[in-house]
Amino acid sequence: MGTVLDIKIKRANKVYYAGEVLSGVVVISSKDPVQHQGILLTMEGLVNLQLSAKSVGMFEAFCNSVKYTLRCDLRRSLLAKDLTKICEFIIHSTPQKGKSTPSPVDFTITPETLQNVKERASLPKFLIRGHLNSTNCVITQPLTGELVVEYSEAAIKNIELQLVRVETCGCAEGYARDATEIQNIQIADGDVCRSLSVPIYMIFPRLFTCPTLETTNFKVEFEVNIVVLLHDDHLITENFPLKLCRI
Amino acid sequence: IHVFNRHSRQRNYKTEFESCRPEIVPLDFGDYHPLKPITVIESKTKKMGRKGSTSSTSSSSSSSMVDPLSSVLDGTDPLSMFAAIADPVTTTVNMDGSRKKRDRDDNSLVGTDFEPWSSKRGDILARYTTTEKLSIVSCKTTTSTSAMSEKVRTRLEELDDLEEGSQRELLNLTQQDYMNRIEELNQSLKDAWASDQKVKALKIVIQCSKLLSDTSVIQFYPSKFVLITDILDTFGKLVYERILSMCMDNRSILSDHFSPENVNDTAKETCLNWFFKIASIRELIPRFYVEAAILNCNKFLSKTGISECLPRLTCMIRGIGDPLVSVYARAYLCRVGMEVAPHLKESLNKNFFDFLLTFKQIHGDTVQNQLVVQGVEIPLYLTLYSPAIDWILQCIAYHAPEVLLTEMMERCKKLGNNALLLNSVMSAFRAEFIATRAMDFIGMIKECDESGFPKHLLFRSLGLNLALADPPESDRLQILNEAWKVITKLKNPQDYINCAEVWVEYTCRHFTKREVNTVLADVIKHMTPDRAFEDAYPQLHSIIKKVIAYFHDFSILFSVEKFLPFLDMFQKENVRVEVCKCIMEAFIKHQQEPTKDPVILNALLHVCKTMHDSVNALTLEDEKRMLAVLINGFIKMVSFGRDFEQQLSFYVETRSMFCNLEPVLVQLIHSVNKLTMETRRVMKGNHSRKTAAFVRACVAFCFITIPSLTGIFTRLNLYLHSGQVALANQCLSQADAFFRAAVSLVPEVPKMINIDGKMRPSESFLLEFLSNLFSTLLIVPDHPEQGVLFLVRGLLNVIQDYTWEDNSDDKIRIYTNVLHLLSAMNQETYLYHVDKVDSNDSLYGGDSKFLAENNKLCETVITQILEHLKALGKDETLKRQSVLALSFFNSILAHGDLRNNKLNQLSVNLWNLAQRHGCADTRTMVKTLEYIKKRSKQPEMSHLSELALRLPLQTRT
Repeated sequence: MGTVLDIKIKRANKVYYAGEVLSGVVVISSKDPVQHQGILLTMEGLVNLQLSAKSVGMFEAFCNSVKYTLRCDLRRSLLAKDLTKICEFIIHSTPQKGKSTPSPVDFTITPETLQNVKERASLPKFLIRGHLNSTNCVITQPLTGELVVEYSEAAIKNIELQLVRVETCGCAEGYARDATEIQNIQIADGDVCRSLSVPIYMIFPRLFTCPTLETTNFKVEFEVNIVVLLHDDHLITENFPLKLCRI
Repeated sequence: IHVFNRHSRQRNYKTEFESCRPEIVPLDFGDYHPLKPITVIESKTKKMGRKGSTSSTSSSSSSSMVDPLSSVLDGTDPLSMFAAIADPVTTTVNMDGSRKKRDRDDNSLVGTDFEPWSSKRGDILARYTTTEKLSIVSCKTTTSTSAMSEKVRTRLEELDDLEEGSQRELLNLTQQDYMNRIEELNQSLKDAWASDQKVKALKIVIQCSKLLSDTSVIQFYPSKFVLITDILDTFGKLVYERILSMCMDNRSILSDHFSPENVNDTAKETCLNWFFKIASIRELIPRFYVEAAILNCNKFLSKTGISECLPRLTCMIRGIGDPLVSVYARAYLCRVGMEVAPHLKESLNKNFFDFLLTFKQIHGDTVQNQLVVQGVEIPLYLTLYSPAIDWILQCIAYHAPEVLLTEMMERCKKLGNNALLLNSVMSAFRAEFIATRAMDFIGMIKECDESGFPKHLLFRSLGLNLALADPPESDRLQILNEAWKVITKLKNPQDYINCAEVWVEYTCRHFTKREVNTVLADVIKHMTPDRAFEDAYPQLHSIIKKVIAYFHDFSILFSVEKFLPFLDMFQKENVRVEVCKCIMEAFIKHQQEPTKDPVILNALLHVCKTMHDSVNALTLEDEKRMLAVLINGFIKMVSFGRDFEQQLSFYVETRSMFCNLEPVLVQLIHSVNKLTMETRRVMKGNHSRKTAAFVRACVAFCFITIPSLTGIFTRLNLYLHSGQVALANQCLSQADAFFRAAVSLVPEVPKMINIDGKMRPSESFLLEFLSNLFSTLLIVPDHPEQGVLFLVRGLLNVIQDYTWEDNSDDKIRIYTNVLHLLSAMNQETYLYHVDKVDSNDSLYGGDSKFLAENNKLCETVITQILEHLKALGKDETLKRQSVLALSFFNSILAHGDLRNNKLNQLSVNLWNLAQRHGCADTRTMVKTLEYIKKRSKQPEMSHLSELALRLPLQTRT
C-alpha cells in the first residue's frame, strides 16, 4: 500500500459546538508522487430512522442514532482506486446559559413506602435512607449521593444504580414512549455493613446521554433507579427523574 | 654429529649477583605508586527533571593519575547516576530549589526502610494454600484470535465473543491448575496488549478482578489476591506507560515529575477514555480494582486527580459487603496509594477506620453462615485477615508520629476480640514502639478471647518485635518468663516451635547461657515425643543459627549442656549436614585464636565427622570442596602450642577421620610439614635426639599419606615439598625416598589432566614441576650406596622414556634445564645450600671423577638435543628448529665456557642454524649480538668478542 490518506481533526476529543468551525488537515503520505484528480471533503449528518414496532407507519429516531461524519475522497485515474477516509466527530448542543440550581433529594425506603406490592405482609422489614445531592445534573459531572442501610431483616445481595433514557415521540394520534436502560452501576455487592453510608456515584456515559430535551412532539428524558436486591430475591426499586443539562 | 667435551663456565655467583642486581633507588613515598589507592574527591549532582535544577558532574582525583574507568565513562559512572536518581536523599541534597519543594520530594518517594509488597507476596503465597478444588470463570484465550481472523469476523464480534461465547466455568481445579490459569490470563493480557487489542486487555483485567469477589475456598483468598493484583499491577503499568509514551514528542521526554499542562491533548483524551470506560463497568469490585490499578494515570489529567480519587475509592469500598473482600480491597488501595502518592496519609487512615467500623461484620450471620458451609474454623478465618491488615497498618505506621500509633492502638483496644488487630499492630508498627510497651502487650494478649485469633501467633509477633528492638532493661526477665509460661503450654508442636523459634533470639540477645540452656531443653522436651522434630527442621535449624549468631565464643557455646543433645534432633542426614556447615562457618568466622580446648575439639570433631561421613559416591564436587574448606578451617584453628607430639597425634587422628576428603589430607600434610619446620625453628636447626625422632615421625606421616591421594600433581608437589622439609631437617634418607618416589611417579603422569572440569594437556605442568625438582636436586647429596648423580640419572631415564607429544619441544626444554642443573653442579661452591646439609660440592670437593661423570652426562644430553634439532629439519618444523637452536645457543652462552673450541664451534653452528631458513627474528638476533659484544667488555670475557666476529647477521631479503 503506497498511499495512505488520513484526516486529522484539530481537537483531540472531536467535540464541537454548533456554530464552530471544524478544522484540521488531510494528510496524504506516500513514498512516490501521487497523481490525483481532486480531493473532496464531505460532511454528513445522519439520523438512523427505524419503523416503530408499536405504532404502524411511524418512524422513530433515537438519540444515539444521530451520527456526524467527515469523509475525504481522493479521486484518482481509472487504473488506481479512489482512496477514502471517514472520520467521525461529535456535536454538542451549545451550553446553556446560567447556573443549574442544585436540587437535593432525600429518600427513605421501607416496605411501607413501596408501591406495586403484592403481599406486603411477606416483605422482610428494612429501612434504607439516603439522598441524592442533586437531580439537576450537569452532564459532565457525576451523579452523587449517599445511601445507608439502617436496618434490613434479609441479607442484601446487591444495590445498583440504573440510568434510564425515556424518549417520547408524539403527535395528535398518540405518542410512543420508549425507555432504555443505558447504564447500570453496582454500588454495593453483598450484605453491606449496616448504618454505614455507601456512596452513590455515577458518571454519565458520554455517548448515550444528552441534555434533557422537551419539545412539543419529541422528548428525551432521563431517570435513575436505585435498585436493591435482597437475598430472598425481593427487588426494591426507587425511581428519581433527572434533569440533565450542559453548562 | 659433533662429539665434544663440554666445559662449564666457572661462575662466581656472588659477583654475578651483585652485577645483576638493579641499582637501588630510594623510594620516595610522596610519589605516585600504582598500588596506592586513588582518592577520588567527587562532587556529584544529578540534573533532575526538566526544571534543570543543578550543576554538572565532575570527578577529580587527588593523585596525578586519572582513573581510567571514570575517564572512559565521561566522569559519572552509570551506576551512581542511577543511584543519584533513585536515592531520595541524594536527590533532596542536591535540589537547589526551595525548601518546600524539597519536602514534597521527600514525601513523594517511599524510602528503602519501607518493606515493599514484593517481599510479602512470597510469604502469603506459601502460607495460604488449599487442597480444595477451585473453579474459575475464564475465556478461551490465546488460541482463539488467529482462528477468528480466518473467519473474517469483525473486531466487535470478537469482543462480544470474548464476553459471552467462549466463557466457561472450569471446575475442580487444583490450586496449581488455578495458579497456572491465572498466569495464563496474565500472559494473554500481555499478548492482547502487545497486539494492540486494548479492549480485550481491559476485558481480561475485568474478568480477573471479578475473581476477587468469589470467596468460595476462602482459605485460598489471600493467595488469590496476590496473584490477581499482580495482573492488575501489570495492567496499570501498561496503561501508564502507553499514555506516557503518547506524551513524548520526538524531541522531549516527559520527566518523572511532569505536570498535567505538559501533557498533550491526545494523551489526555486517551487517558480520559480509559477512565470513562472503567466508570461504566457494571460490577462494583472490578470497577474498583481496575480504577485503582490505573490510579497513577490521574497524573496526566490534573494535579489534584489522585488526591480526589483516593478518598472516593476509599468510600466506594464501603459498598463491598463481604468483610474479607473489602479489607483486601483496602489493602490494594493502600498499596497503590503508597506507591503513587505516599504523602496522602489521610486516605490510609480513613481506610483503617472504615475497616474498624465494619469489624463487627466478622461476627455477623452472613459470615458465620459462610464459614459453616465451608467448614472453616473461626481462628483460621481470622488469620486470613492478617496480611491485609498488616499491610494497611504498615502503610499507616510508616514514618508516623508516636501519637498516631498510640491512637490506633487505643482504637483497636476498644473493639471486642481485638486479638486480630493486636497481632497486626505488632506486625506493622515499629519494633521500638512495641518493645517499650512489651509488658502492656503481654497483658493484652492474656486478656484475649481463647476461641478467637490463635494466641501463639500473638506471642510469635511479639517475639519478632523483641528480636529487633530491646524492651526496658527492668522488664526483660519478666517478659521472658511471662511469654515462655504461655509458649511452653502450647500443645501443638508446630504452634510451639513457631513461637519458640522466635523467642530463642530474644533469649540469646539478653540472657546468659543458663537461660538459653533452659530454653533449648524445653524445645527438646516438646519436640522429641512422636518425633515431632521431623516436621520442624527449618525452625530447629533457625534456632541453631540464632544461637550461634549470639555465642561467638565456642567454649561457652559448647558448655551449654543442651546444645549437643539439641543437635541430635537433626536426624535426617542432609539437614544435619546443613546445620553442621552452619556451625563450622560460624566457627571459622568468629574464632580468632587457635584453640586446644578439649570441649571445642571434641564437639567440632564430632560435627566435622558428621559432615565428612555424609560424603558418598553421589556427592557433588562442589559440595565436597565446601565441606573440605570447612574442615580445613577447623584443622588450621587447632593448636596445642608447644606440645608438638599432641599436635601430631591430633593430625593422625583427623587423618583417619577424614580420609574421604582429599583436600583435608592435603591440608594435613601441609600442617605436619609446618609442624616439622616449627620444630626446627624451636630447636634453631639443631635437633636433639628426641626432636630428631619426632621430625622423622612427621616425615613418615607425610610419606605414608601422600600415596593415598589421587591427584597426580598433588602427589608430585607434595613429595617434592615434603622432601625439601625432610632435607631441611637433616633426614637425608627420607628426603631421598621422597625424591625417588617423585621420580618414579613421573612416568604415570597422563597426557591430559582434568582441571576444573576441563581436560587440559599436562605437559606444561610437568615442565614446571620438573624445573622445580631440578632446583632442589642441586643440593641433594648423593646417596653413599648409589652411583654418582643417581637421582639425576634416574630422572633422565624417566624423561627419555616418557611419551612426549609429537609436536612439542618440552622434552628439549627439560633437557636444556638439565644442562643448567649440571653446569650449576660443576661449580666449586653451589649457589645455595641447606643449613647443616653437605651438598655434592663439599662431598666431592671438585673431584675430577665427579666432574668427568658430570661432563659425560652433559654430553649425552647435548647429543639428545642435537638429534632432536636435526629431526626438526623438515619444512613444516623449521620455525621450531630455529627457535630451539637460538634458545640452546643462549643456554650455552650463559652456562658454557666458550673458550672451549668445540663448544665455541657448536655455538656458531647453532647461530647459523637459527638463521638458516630465514625463520629467525632479526631483531632478536641483533639484540643477542649486541649483548655478546657488551659482555665481551667485561673482565675475562674478552674471548666473546672473537665469537661475535664469527656470528654473521643474516641480511633481510
